[in-house]
Amino acid sequence: MMDAHAKTMTELAAGLDSGDFTSVELTQSLLDRIATLDKTLNAFITITADEALAAAARADAARAAGNGGVLNGLPIIHKDIFCTRGVKTTCGSRMLDNFISPYDATVVKKLADAGAVVLGKSNMDEFAMGSSNETSYFGPVKNPWDLSRSPGGSSGGSAAAVAARLAPAATGTDTGGSIRQPAALTGTVGIKPTYGRVSRYGMIAFASSLDQAGVITRTAEDAGRMLGVMAGFDERDSTSIDQPVPDYVAGLGESIKGLRVGIVKQHFDEGLDAQCGVTVKEAIAALESLGAKAVEVDLPNLDLSVPTYYVVAPAECSSNLSRFDGVRFGHRAENAEDLLDLYCRSRGEGFGDEVKRRIMTGTYVLSAGYYDAYYLKAQQVRHLIADDFKQAFAAVDVIVGPTAPSPAFRLGDKMDDPITMYLNDIYTIGANLAGLPAMSIPCGFVDGLPVGLHMVGAPFAEETLLRCAHQYQLATDWHTACPGDFL
Amino acid sequence: MSLSKDQVQHIAMLARLKLTDAEYAESVEKLSKIVDFVDQLSQADTAGVIPMAHPLDMAQRLRPDVVVETNERDRFQENAAAVSGGLYLVPKVIE
Repeated sequence: MMDAHAKTMTELAAGLDSGDFTSVELTQSLLDRIATLDKTLNAFITITADEALAAAARADAARAAGNGGVLNGLPIIHKDIFCTRGVKTTCGSRMLDNFISPYDATVVKKLADAGAVVLGKSNMDEFAMGSSNETSYFGPVKNPWDLSRSPGGSSGGSAAAVAARLAPAATGTDTGGSIRQPAALTGTVGIKPTYGRVSRYGMIAFASSLDQAGVITRTAEDAGRMLGVMAGFDERDSTSIDQPVPDYVAGLGESIKGLRVGIVKQHFDEGLDAQCGVTVKEAIAALESLGAKAVEVDLPNLDLSVPTYYVVAPAECSSNLSRFDGVRFGHRAENAEDLLDLYCRSRGEGFGDEVKRRIMTGTYVLSAGYYDAYYLKAQQVRHLIADDFKQAFAAVDVIVGPTAPSPAFRLGDKMDDPITMYLNDIYTIGANLAGLPAMSIPCGFVDGLPVGLHMVGAPFAEETLLRCAHQYQLATDWHTACPGDFL
Repeated sequence: MSLSKDQVQHIAMLARLKLTDAEYAESVEKLSKIVDFVDQLSQADTAGVIPMAHPLDMAQRLRPDVVVETNERDRFQENAAAVSGGLYLVPKVIE
């Protein structure tokens, strides 16, 4: 089982198919690697070794019998926001530190049915509220490229684990950039599909009109494999879309000749680290050399996307998180004087600072006298932003630019000022507000730290994004770089 | 500061959050910053723009009103701190 960790999911599938190794051997080798390396990274909240080995044995038996799903025996990690039956599901919070999920999220069930082997649950910002993984009750995750730096967030554990070769793929969720920004900061591939493409059932809710599940891998091809299993209609999610799921891998080989890629001028203004700007421009030039045609597009309301998000998302979060009351599940305060005291202290003790801040922001913008000025106004601006994208996609197929304003920042650097942290998602939030598919792929390094190329598509253009990313990865090798301590 | 301590106390009560004194001080400062930041929205010209509640342009799906779930109360209550006879226990509400 030498070097299994260095292989992509597609390569591992081929190895299993040709009998080079079994899923039990593969799973054990990655569990051993996790046991050694995760002490440093803190990418996991829960490691499910016994369950993983049992699932791997079932996968090997299915293979021997000539059965097994499309991901049979392949190891993955779930972000700890996805409910997994019989396993602790914390959402990175003290509030759910004692919560054993009584059911599986649809994403968890679909991947299990396809034969995937779950190695564990990854660390994350508390309730997915954060861009650095530092709001986790279980401590920050370290970036494998530089252990003094953040892997981004909120899917930081998933991104760090994939970057450090602890698993070939990990699920994530993205409300304002929580898959793409950590993918950029760790040199991995992250895709957030169109809103409604993947079921939200069993995915602990943050902001329901923005939340969407996706995946972090090392290649676009692996992302396509995973997404093909995860996507599809689910009657248990009221905003799930009833549309057939294409084969996301089949069309990857087609050329991107003639693909119209849109460049937004404001993406390259003073908010962007200059060296990152150079790196991203080189990536765009590489796409042009593959036959893509660069076209300038305008998103006039782009500057308002972060303030719009920080009204809409907290408003929805204040409503969603009202379910945590210390009564039915989750943390419960001791010796409550009365019912009000039970609610207030259970929530005061169970939630961390950033979560409380967002609940209070949301409560404020929805409260009497402020609703029109903040919430209604933000919903109107959201419409303007969505219209900007609609117009842009009349002229281009994909909008490309930087994923994050800088490479990975140091742990602790942005924790004092919420606004500085919020601005980390300036390039990614628009896709959530408009419900569009978007992804980040590694496109170079600045001072030894990875830089991400961001791509946004029209609704249901996941195939176009994946094809563009795959063609870029055939022509470049940034995605094969491995952090030195994790070879 | 665009928010006063009284306002933050009112918001915390509406949100059912008990905060410590230190948390109140920090919340007044940081929530004020956030409110100032989102105040940028007031400059946007939104006359006649329909509020967008949702990214999907579709109507809510309906289904026949029939029972599809089985009763799994006991299993769900395993996550509760205090239950008795299938009920959730809370401090006494009515004397």
